[in-house]
Amino acid sequence: MAEHNHKDEVTGVDTTGHEWDGIRELDNPLPRWWLWIFYACVAWSVVYMIFMPALPAPPGFEGFTRGLTGNSERVNVAQQMADLQASRSANFERLQNADFQAIESDPELFRFAIAAGRSAFGDNCATCHGSGGGGAVGYPNLNDDIWLWGGTFEDIRYTLHVGIRSDHPDTRFSQMPAYGRDQLLSQSEIRDVTQYVLQLSDQSFDAAAAGRGAEIFAMQCASCHMEDGTGDQAQGAPNLTDRDWLYGGSAAQIEATIHRGPYGVMPSWEGRLSEPMITALATYVYSLGGGQEDGGDEMGAGGQ
Amino acid sequence: MTNIAFPAPRKGGAEGFLIALILIGVFFWSLYAVARGGDPLMEQQGWLIMAGSLIGLIMLVGAFSNGGPVNDESQYAEGVIKAGTIATMFWGIAGFLVGVIIALQLAFPNLFYFADFGFLNFGRLRPLHTSAVIFAFGGNALIATSFYVVQRTCRTRIAGGLWPWFVFWGYQFFIVIAATGYLLGITQGKEYAEPEWYADIWLTLVWVVYLLVFLGTLWKRKEPHIYVANWFYLAFIVTIALLHVVNNLAVPVNWFGAWSYPVMSGVQGALTQWWYGHNAVGFFLTAGFLAIMYYFIPKRAERPVYSYRLSIVHFWSLIFIYIWAGPHHLHYTALPEWAQTLGMTFSVMLWMPSWGGMINGLMTLSGAWDKLRTDPVIRMMVLSVAFYGMSTFEGPVMSIRAVNALSHYTDWTIGHVHSGALGWVGFITFGAIYCLVPWLWKRKGMWSKALIEWHFWLATIGILFYIAAMWPSGITQGLMWRAYNDLGFLEYSFVETVEAMHPYYIIRAFGGLLFLIGALMMAYNVYRTIRGGVEETEDRVNPQSSLVAAE
Repeated sequence: MAEHNHKDEVTGVDTTGHEWDGIRELDNPLPRWWLWIFYACVAWSVVYMIFMPALPAPPGFEGFTRGLTGNSERVNVAQQMADLQASRSANFERLQNADFQAIESDPELFRFAIAAGRSAFGDNCATCHGSGGGGAVGYPNLNDDIWLWGGTFEDIRYTLHVGIRSDHPDTRFSQMPAYGRDQLLSQSEIRDVTQYVLQLSDQSFDAAAAGRGAEIFAMQCASCHMEDGTGDQAQGAPNLTDRDWLYGGSAAQIEATIHRGPYGVMPSWEGRLSEPMITALATYVYSLGGGQEDGGDEMGAGGQ
Repeated sequence: MTNIAFPAPRKGGAEGFLIALILIGVFFWSLYAVARGGDPLMEQQGWLIMAGSLIGLIMLVGAFSNGGPVNDESQYAEGVIKAGTIATMFWGIAGFLVGVIIALQLAFPNLFYFADFGFLNFGRLRPLHTSAVIFAFGGNALIATSFYVVQRTCRTRIAGGLWPWFVFWGYQFFIVIAATGYLLGITQGKEYAEPEWYADIWLTLVWVVYLLVFLGTLWKRKEPHIYVANWFYLAFIVTIALLHVVNNLAVPVNWFGAWSYPVMSGVQGALTQWWYGHNAVGFFLTAGFLAIMYYFIPKRAERPVYSYRLSIVHFWSLIFIYIWAGPHHLHYTALPEWAQTLGMTFSVMLWMPSWGGMINGLMTLSGAWDKLRTDPVIRMMVLSVAFYGMSTFEGPVMSIRAVNALSHYTDWTIGHVHSGALGWVGFITFGAIYCLVPWLWKRKGMWSKALIEWHFWLATIGILFYIAAMWPSGITQGLMWRAYNDLGFLEYSFVETVEAMHPYYIIRAFGGLLFLIGALMMAYNVYRTIRGGVEETEDRVNPQSSLVAAE
């Protein structure tokens, strides 16, 4: 087929004369707008390269062209981090050794502590305790006034420092025996104690079994959970007479708890979070709703 | 053109022998891997590889015992393209299905968490989805259409006798090894390059054969010039070979084991990975599918390509510029800033070269715009080009560092790739399938034009749901991550940003489901068309000429 002897009838434009499997090509020029935008993009890129770090040194040489601005993202981010830390440092310094009275009496510092604590809580605590501190089975609710190891500001701050059953040398520690797994009690004995615990917490129970269970409770459980089952914060032993349960309050759940002897762990935050940040976190948790006054009543103690 | 004398039909012999040798080699390697594999995973994977080599040998023996495969130079080879078309649909539906499953896993993580079937959870299924849609669906579409287009536009039978079949089955074998490897947990952890070294070597072999078959066909062409679609196919095949080999350079821990150490580490490894990753988009999903566009749109619209000059200029500028743009995946990382600048500026310069393809695709319809109203296949392909234009504008925008600071690591990226993948790659492939099936099986048209209409609308609405969910979701995510309050603390914890995504994830899953349903309609339509009995249909294709009758 000869070149340039064919015209497309619809558009009146010449074709290139080639044909492949019935496909021809029109001999249209490059669209002007297309070409000019292309040039503009290239020109813009060249200008950008002049102003910003852009080209590596040829082989054998070190470095790169730094551009007219000498922009360095590493410098920028270091500067931004420094600025951020500077803007927060005054308040963090004041939190260093503050007690709750000092924080609470200064609205600006209190607001700062809550903001810092909320941020640290979201990043570190929400995974287990929930983003609002609502807890879950096995993870205490931090919004109520029921505390395993004490709910004063200092108690909470200490718990944050040392953790619970953590690797910290001074960690808060206690251990409930795994009565079933380690065969300290028989299956029927566990069932009897369960009925007694149900009675303690004012749920429906089997009277005969609970009677037998009461004797076992007195021997096995009362040393930590107290004779009346109200628990002991010094040992992290929950109050069993209320309706709040860390591992669930149904007969089956209580039985499983006695069987396996729970061993809930919270990590120690000392060294992982700064001292002022731990104070801020304690302020936040204390203020969630259930914090207790120093030397206040022990009525809400234990539980859950 | 004068009459061409075709050589007498030739029986394949030598290539069958070579293929048998390859398969026997694979068999003995897998035998050793099963018996004394370097690790338990390889002992499992070895069985599959052994089965693959045996099935290949049986197929080979079957072909030769049946008189041997005949290579008739006076006929186009169409069997391998039929197989490729069906494979494209099969893997497409598999990939879309896995996509819907993982979308549901993100939307309802507790409901779709399979505690007893760990291999079905998100971490394993996600690479399965991406590989299935890109390499299995997209790859088969590219192989099948390239074999078709190169024969037609070179007016010669495909070169290599049995080798095109080796490419087809070897590629399926690669897909199966890779996919089962992901489920077993075998991965080298490189996005879109997850398969381990042994699968990579096999793919390299298949790909080199693919390149030789393609080049051989170009070599013996009966046309004086090489059609533009073939430039794009060739750029795709050559560049993918280069990318694949360099990014997968690794030293196996054990020559009969699953694991390997990459040769490049740290930021060099990351840059190589994104040089690969970005050009997998550029040369697999862009150049390759532009080739499909350059053949199927002019054929279906029966109009000449808009501008020959534009096709030359945008081809060369596209392949020259694309290869430098990869560093934009590593903004604000350990990658030196000058390299980030290069990645960004080359991405911006890439805008018009990409749009050259869009202009040529759309303007080819000038004089045939009325077909948009009457022909859903044309409409599908035109919408595909529109999505192509949108994605190739969005890409340069997202590569700008200030924009990337917001968009990177968010769902915006997911929305971006899916407007390209579902819209551009998906629709141009569906359009090609709707053309190919009646041509290959010699039918008047597809069984049901109404089903094509349904497919078009369901898939279009599905894409709109998908991207309309992912864009706001991504921007919300990016804004929430960077929000500081006036005291200098992050406004939101990470888990709060996850919670905010929930409604968008549900909408995304719904959009994906619509897209999947559309593809199932296509599969049924194709099944009915192939089964025959299409007496009267509203979907009419012009029959394709045969090789001898072409003169």
